[in-house]
Amino acid sequence: MTHTTSLIAPTVRLCAEPFDAAREEALLLQGRTDIGALVCFTGLCRDEAGTLAALELEHYPGMAESEIAAIAADALTRWPLQGLTVLHRYGLIRPGEKIVLVAAAARHRAEAFAAAEFLMDYLKTRAPFWKKEHRVDGREDGWVEAKASDDAAAARWKE
Amino acid sequence: MKAVYFASVRERIGLTEEEISPPAGVATVAELIGWLSARGEGYAAAFANAATIRAAIDRNHARPDSPIRAAREIAFFPPMTGG
Repeated sequence: MTHTTSLIAPTVRLCAEPFDAAREEALLLQGRTDIGALVCFTGLCRDEAGTLAALELEHYPGMAESEIAAIAADALTRWPLQGLTVLHRYGLIRPGEKIVLVAAAARHRAEAFAAAEFLMDYLKTRAPFWKKEHRVDGREDGWVEAKASDDAAAARWKE
Repeated sequence: MKAVYFASVRERIGLTEEEISPPAGVATVAELIGWLSARGEGYAAAFANAATIRAAIDRNHARPDSPIRAAREIAFFPPMTGG
């Protein structure tokens, strides 16, 4: 799957405040006429049937950025992408707010879909973030457990 | 070297980071976990399920058998749940 075309520079950013996914998408496409496919994945904080007040996202400053950048660089060696933006929130996140954005642009949809899915699978299992649940009833519901299904999803990209 | 702790590991130990000086015989991540576990109840609780604890050396993912000799910063944390 490796290729040798010149690599684009991905945009990787951690955000303490809510981000505007539509603006990021517009920035990625601005002035471009060569892009044929753009896949944007947005992960959101859900309210768990009204029981969740907020998610607290702890991260490892420095490593979170470098690990996302490494995953993005890996994606660029696997698919001929023409643009790549990865944003990830940290801190307190309310239901309805966006947690993560992966926007992958390519000439054709197959690469854009695959790269976005790869980014998310690797982010989940390799980027140093941890979610803690805060419940509406005031109880702190503790740390979210990692899922074996996320490990399995990431493992399928290994060649 | 500096040890840094995150999420449930941080809460159980009660520290975000500290300077540690393990003896020369402590050569790997797994051995360091063993050494730290003996430092007190909080440490023992943090590392009770050692097989699930992840580590990073100088902000790169490490494995239980990774050597720690040249490390400046070692982080310990539970499996990641971002995204």
